[in-house]
Amino acid sequence: MEPVLGLALEDWQAIFLTLRLATLVTLILLVIATPVAWWLTTTQSKLKPVIAAIVALPLVLPPTVIGFYLLIAMGPSGPVGELTQSLGIGTLPFTFSGLVIASVIYSFPFVVQPIQNSLEALGKRPLEVAATLRASPLDTFFTVVLPLAKPGFITATILGFAHTVGEFGVILMIGGNIPGETQVISVLIYEHVESLQYAQAHRLSAGMIIFSFIVLLLLYGFNQKQKTIRVIN
Amino acid sequence: MDNNDVLSIALNWPRKSFNLDINLVIPAQGVTAIYGASGSGKTSILRCIAGLEKVEGCELRFRDQVWQSGKKFVPTHKRTIGYVFQEASLFSHLTAAGNLGYALKRANPGKAIASLDEVIELLGLESLLDQYPDQLSGGERQRIAIARALLVNPALLLMDEPLASLDHQRKQELLPYLERICRQLSVPIIYISHSLWEVSLLADHIVMLEAGRVIKSEGFLQAINNPDFPIAQQENISSLLQCKVMEHNQKWGLTRFTLKGMAEQKMAVEHSLWLQQCDLAAGQEVRLNILASDVSLSLSHHEDTSISNILPVMIVSMETLQHGLLLLQLQLGDSILRAKLTQRSYDRLGLVIGQNVWAQVKSAALIQ
Repeated sequence: MEPVLGLALEDWQAIFLTLRLATLVTLILLVIATPVAWWLTTTQSKLKPVIAAIVALPLVLPPTVIGFYLLIAMGPSGPVGELTQSLGIGTLPFTFSGLVIASVIYSFPFVVQPIQNSLEALGKRPLEVAATLRASPLDTFFTVVLPLAKPGFITATILGFAHTVGEFGVILMIGGNIPGETQVISVLIYEHVESLQYAQAHRLSAGMIIFSFIVLLLLYGFNQKQKTIRVIN
Repeated sequence: MDNNDVLSIALNWPRKSFNLDINLVIPAQGVTAIYGASGSGKTSILRCIAGLEKVEGCELRFRDQVWQSGKKFVPTHKRTIGYVFQEASLFSHLTAAGNLGYALKRANPGKAIASLDEVIELLGLESLLDQYPDQLSGGERQRIAIARALLVNPALLLMDEPLASLDHQRKQELLPYLERICRQLSVPIIYISHSLWEVSLLADHIVMLEAGRVIKSEGFLQAINNPDFPIAQQENISSLLQCKVMEHNQKWGLTRFTLKGMAEQKMAVEHSLWLQQCDLAAGQEVRLNILASDVSLSLSHHEDTSISNILPVMIVSMETLQHGLLLLQLQLGDSILRAKLTQRSYDRLGLVIGQNVWAQVKSAALIQ
């Protein structure tokens, strides 16, 4: 197999797998994180600090801790593992689905928090105004909340995607290193280094640096533009 | 009042500094002002009527609809209301036209109280439509917000001190627009205010609140023409007289007004006021607002004065104001005329309650 752009088939496989994983995880996260952020913004429940702390846990825990407990929970005798087995799916560790679940948990705070911040900045008033204009809550969400909190959602999308692309520890713990199934870029780089294939490790690593830089450039450039628009208006 | 043409609300709601405890029936027509000092519970009542607050035990009916009773609670977006907040609260991601369109798209079905063109004309919005809220002045934003509330085609329009966030000049700019809405549209309005001047211009009915309790709910003219009306704390103490246009005098450029109820009596001429000519037809009813500082008293009917409006009155009450001033309330037919005098003049003239004197009126403002 001819190398394309200096990268072997194996490398391309890892790149596409990583992009597939990050896209899927980001979409799932946006769907799950939005109601959680909404609840955290509007609730007056005493449980709020508890839930907020649980959501933020992946920010401070070593990835190996999360990976370890997920491995046990999803393993053949763990509660999740028993459930998946009884459903006839088998066990999740060392599968792509397992990676998706682990990544959703690991990247959760990176998506919840920007959304929550922008919802909090929005305040109650626009929602009240929409209600007095006969907009149902769902209508209000799509026509008022979403456009007004757009910067928060864009930040959340970029951060969620980039963070998933960059994860390593959790994936190694739960997914191992199966080409085409769980071997993402970060794991493959580790593999190349282990087997002293420095040239290949270089190409992938340099690619990651460029990718990460572009993502952050987009993010900060976008935030900058938002501010300018606000000033002009 | 027909039972089907009222709004009734019963509410008991402990607030931070007082207990909001009301049981109120108000007409579902014309303009009802809810009037009271800040922190008397005005906004809380309005928010309950709108369904923005869900207070347990609140009983709320509008015409034949139950909006809240027992477990039943109609959410805000299903009540046929329009709401104007203290701050304009326009959607910042939409232009002025976009904000109006938002309401129009979701408008209450049925005959519109005003078409889009009418509302744009009424509030003078033509040149503002393409602008974003951030590009508009405070007064312009509030005009858009009022238009938006009208375009949702409400059966009841709620206005929470729409002028409170504006400076004096902008208030003066916006008031004529509010007057036009109150006069020209048939929608009942509940208008919250702590400014007696705004209430004088707009209200037909007044509900007075004090620390969460209703102390009065009656026709506004009746209320202000009662010596009990708590007016001494107001900045501009004034009287409000319901009058009829009698005749125009082209030579002097003056119009003669007579107190309503006096027009057909023989005292009509005595109870007349000559004011700068207006273009109203004879027989039309108007309200005249007279500042207490524009009224002086004399013991006899002087002919040798430049003041041409001299009315026979009787002193009904006297109240001390600040800076050595007194507020006198004077019975004039069925109405109350208020005058500000110095303690010195009061003593010099030897005035007493129950005395018949002559009131000299320097000027009056016409409220249509």
